[in-house]
Amino acid sequence: MNNFQYSRAQDVADAVRQSAADSSARFIAGGTNLVDLMKYDVERPARLIDISHLPLRAVEETPDGGLRIGALVPNSDLAWHPRVKDRYPLLSSAILAGASTQLRNMASTGGNLLQRTRCLYFYDVATSCNKRKPGTGCSAIGGINRINAILGTSDACIATHPSDMSVALTALDATVHATGPHGARTIPMTDFHRLPGDMPERDTNLGADEIVTAVELPAHGFRSNYTYLKIRDRLSYAFALVSVAVALEIDDGTIRQARLALGGVAHKPWRDPEAEAALIGQPIAQDTFARAAHIILRDAKGYGHNDFKIDLARRSIMRALNQAAQGTPQSQSDKRIA
Amino acid sequence: MADSRAPAASAATDRATSPMQKVSVALLINGARTQLQIAPWTTLLDALRDRLHLTGTKKGCDHGQCGACTVLLNGRPINACLTLAVMHDGVEITTVEGLAHDGSLHPVQQAFIDHDAFQCGYCTSGQICSAVGLIREGRARTRDEIRETMSGNICRCGAYPNIVAAIEEAMKAT
Ligand SMILES: Cc1cc2nc3c(=O)[nH]c(=O)nc-3n(C[C@H](O)[C@H](O)[C@H](O)COP(=O)(O)OP(=O)(O)OC[C@H]3O[C@@H](n4cnc5c(N)ncnc54)[C@H](O)[C@@H]3O)c2cc1C
Ligand code: SF4
Ligand code: FES
Ligand code: FES
Repeated sequence: MNNFQYSRAQDVADAVRQSAADSSARFIAGGTNLVDLMKYDVERPARLIDISHLPLRAVEETPDGGLRIGALVPNSDLAWHPRVKDRYPLLSSAILAGASTQLRNMASTGGNLLQRTRCLYFYDVATSCNKRKPGTGCSAIGGINRINAILGTSDACIATHPSDMSVALTALDATVHATGPHGARTIPMTDFHRLPGDMPERDTNLGADEIVTAVELPAHGFRSNYTYLKIRDRLSYAFALVSVAVALEIDDGTIRQARLALGGVAHKPWRDPEAEAALIGQPIAQDTFARAAHIILRDAKGYGHNDFKIDLARRSIMRALNQAAQGTPQSQSDKRIA
Repeated sequence: MADSRAPAASAATDRATSPMQKVSVALLINGARTQLQIAPWTTLLDALRDRLHLTGTKKGCDHGQCGACTVLLNGRPINACLTLAVMHDGVEITTVEGLAHDGSLHPVQQAFIDHDAFQCGYCTSGQICSAVGLIREGRARTRDEIRETMSGNICRCGAYPNIVAAIEEAMKAT
């Protein structure tokens, strides 16, 4: 780890001020991603601004019936929060599908959104990587790319975003609250993460000196018909190869509302309005599901080692839609796939 | 991770440090408070092992991938390798050394012995800390739930069946 200056932020405004004063500074919350990256010399901040003591730990009801989650609420507290378990079980399930007990106890809501890719070359400073060092090239294209993306890729980068929580938040139409030098704003989850394009060094649309203060869930939580299905190399404590978040509103056998979001396949949690439109107003039927799966994967492209992800994603979508429609969500402790 | 040789920082330490300065931190480990001058890039794991000589907590991967470094922070299991010591001023930390009381082992420690829940023992202190956290939380009931809750602790000797059995027994006893 490089030597760095350490300071504690006194409040959100102070955190923003300290960040704006030093372009190589990084906020540290749970540290579970940043400290790891610093040990590999991928991140070499000259200053760490410790935001972990800021009062952003509340989970509060919003006036319109939603929930506002402070950026420092630990992943485990959020997953087990009674309101979340009861009203947003998809979110609870996705969080519990990620990492381990120890990591979830430290990991924060904001840090989880802003964790960086697990692309092997991003972690290996001896290799070329446009995300780590813009302009050096992408080693994953033509390299070991089994875990890399199949959707929304560019010639510059085929990395995926590794967060499980973000996939559920995207499916649930959450919004991110951020504060920067020019004040506070909200960013819809669907626009929070970005595609790599020719600027893969940027994971999100958050400004350099902006701090995430909260994530807000709308009132509708899809508590009856949902699932988070995560497919990985071992049954726990492993990142998703493909994950599927589904949330449905079903009335008398007809799908009234549908959300379908994929993880592990793109630089951001992947949603497709056309795929969701293909479900709405339709009966619960295998051909309905197959059509939606076909639409959301229509532009999928493999890079060799990850070709299998296209078929895996299609099958996982079918399975997840059935789980959600039947009201039998995937258990995150009994690993048998229902 | 070498400590810097720079002089200790002054009173305003937790506001800002210059690159080579140490920071003053009061670590509350196993009920005992120790004031340390520490380089900010020292992980909690290295502070425990190298500065406080509490070597019961192990370094396996140093990257959050094995659980050998598990300690309890306010009673909850965390990976000591992925957190900085300076961030935990005054927070209650329990290591495996802090579990026994008045000369008798913690029920989880005793259950691990009774069930032969280890071979080489390298993962054991982390396993035990996680198990203590699991029982305190009281959420895991079934074997599947125990396994899932404990999945952040890898045992390369494969002592898993006996670890689960030990935890089941300790759960009943507490
Ligand atoms: C072995 C291992 C396995 C894992 N498995 C999974 C998994 O299966 N699924 C999964 O989803 N995740 C997994 N993770 C990742 C884990 O979820 C993240 O490391 C964690 O969520 C990051 O949160 P943090 O608070 O520790 O972030 P930090 O490490 O503190 O910060 C991460 C980044 O976010 C920035 N940041 C943090 N908070 C804010 C804020 N409020 N505003 C602005 N910027 C901020 C930091 O500057 C930094 O750049 C795993 C991690 C490890 C080590
Ligand atoms: S896929 Fe992206 S992160 Fe991976 S090597 Fe290529 S540029 Fe780097
Ligand atoms: S040493 Fe911390 S998890 Fe392996
Ligand atoms: S007993 Fe050897 S690693 Fe677990």
